[in-house]
Amino acid sequence: MVTNDQRLASQKSSRRTPSSSRARWREMKKFLLALAYLSPSLLIFLAFVFIPLIRSFILSTQLTDPIGRPVAFVGLTQYQRLLQNPQFLNSLQRTLLFVLYTVPTTLVIALGLALLGNLRLRRISIFRMIFSLTIAVSAATASLIFLYLFHPALGMLNYLLGLVGIPSIGWLTDVRTALPSVALVTVWLQLGLNTVILLAGMQGIPEELYESAMIDGASGPARFRHITLPLLSPTIFFLLVVDLLAAFQAFTQFHVLTKGGPINSTNVLVFSIYREFYFNGQYSYAAAQSIVLFFIMLVVTIIQFGVIERRVVYE
Amino acid sequence: MSLDARWQRILTNTALYLLLTIVAVIVIFPLWSALTISMLSETEVASYPPLLAPTSLYLTNFVRALEQAPLLRYLFNSIVQSTLVMAGQLITASLAAYAFAFIDFKGRNLMFLVFLSTLMIPWEATIIPNYLTVRSLGWTDTYMGLTVPFLATAFGTFLLRQFFLTIPRELQDAATIDGCGSLRFLTAIVLPLARPALGTLAVYSFLQTYNQYLWPLLITNDQQMRTVQIGITLLQDEERFAFNVVMAGVVLVLLPTFALFIVGNRQLIRGLTAGAVKG
Repeated sequence: MVTNDQRLASQKSSRRTPSSSRARWREMKKFLLALAYLSPSLLIFLAFVFIPLIRSFILSTQLTDPIGRPVAFVGLTQYQRLLQNPQFLNSLQRTLLFVLYTVPTTLVIALGLALLGNLRLRRISIFRMIFSLTIAVSAATASLIFLYLFHPALGMLNYLLGLVGIPSIGWLTDVRTALPSVALVTVWLQLGLNTVILLAGMQGIPEELYESAMIDGASGPARFRHITLPLLSPTIFFLLVVDLLAAFQAFTQFHVLTKGGPINSTNVLVFSIYREFYFNGQYSYAAAQSIVLFFIMLVVTIIQFGVIERRVVYE
Repeated sequence: MSLDARWQRILTNTALYLLLTIVAVIVIFPLWSALTISMLSETEVASYPPLLAPTSLYLTNFVRALEQAPLLRYLFNSIVQSTLVMAGQLITASLAAYAFAFIDFKGRNLMFLVFLSTLMIPWEATIIPNYLTVRSLGWTDTYMGLTVPFLATAFGTFLLRQFFLTIPRELQDAATIDGCGSLRFLTAIVLPLARPALGTLAVYSFLQTYNQYLWPLLITNDQQMRTVQIGITLLQDEERFAFNVVMAGVVLVLLPTFALFIVGNRQLIRGLTAGAVKG
């Protein structure tokens, strides 16, 4: 049994710089114990995250045979090739456009849904549940549903447009509308998660703030601008990160709905990586693209945490 | 309250409910369409204008979807994969979170950064080497290939650590005095207290894995090992299936996640937002 005195002594020694060998041994023991607890996670991260990331980079500097074995070192020429390849530049442009179409739209609509769901009305919880329903929907099933809705002849969307006198749209078959159509599916899919998290954020805003603003005669829009929006900014920031990363990594929708077409108009970066290595056997070329994706996401994350987060209001 | 004010209130409420209903109908419309089409007969589904609601409780498409594609096998594979990943993540994340929350070891902050950095590395940046590794291990078309790469989670570790930090340190001191080892302290005291956070992580990781697409697409070719998300899109690629059978399949695939949504929704949201907002 450890006495109280011994406990006090051990606390004291941990505060002191571990100069004696006993203290050093205690530090060592703690470290080994922690390492034992961390090792299952660390092993998985090493094997499937850190080492593969390095291997991706090494792969991108080599030429490979059709089954992925390196045959020659080419340095950074793959990257040079990438920047001169109009198809890669197209993929880059399509990816950025897709991010631009989906992220702000999702956030704005979800903000509207959350405001509606936050109304003090009877049975509002039913509406809240409907607004958050797409959390349970996978990208594959959502895409299949929209594949039907987009159908040029039998689809529901063109029929409904026809009812209000709008001519049929080509949706996925038209070079101009294919990317916005995939974006539409993505926005719908992301609405659930966004709305749920915004609603939770809104419920965390103290009621007294609104009450005192009402006494001061602040209108509804003024209360939204000066209370809801600033206090919600950490939540919006969090969602911005989540949505941006999801948009850059979107793949399923493209694989089910368009397979990169028509004429590469939806050939986003991740789809291009998949096609180059899985079908064309261009391992090193695809690896170079995946490293570019890594750096884009790294830059986006750094910018977000460095610049935007400083303007976010925390309680 | 004057009569005028009361009338005005009734009027605003009616307008708000109307607005809520219209928005709800738009949001739910794709799911409603899927359910409708899954209950339409061959002739009905090809009719124009398209039907907005099923005309009868026609369930033949569900039978056909189950008979003509090994949907149940796909479903089984997905549930096995998701359960294994969920269990594995709960174990590895609990262990790691324990080290971060209860052991003052040198280099703790650095190690925590190492964990968090995995969140910044997109899965796609490592997918080619991972594919090559799994192929060279002979893990294609196996549950090993489907689960092992996902058995650790930085997000889950972070979530559990945040929760563990709310457990008073005096509890640990008391346990140590009673001669309780660290592993027993974790399993007998910390984990039962952390049940809400563990529940959140369980629901989250199950949903994530069940909805996976790119990885199972790469590493499964054998029909017996396909997961449900891949299987259901294959139904679409085969020309012999009409929309009504595909949609019946979609409805079947959505059932488990909707059940989980109804049971675990509140838990999931509470846990996720606690981590997210306070971050």
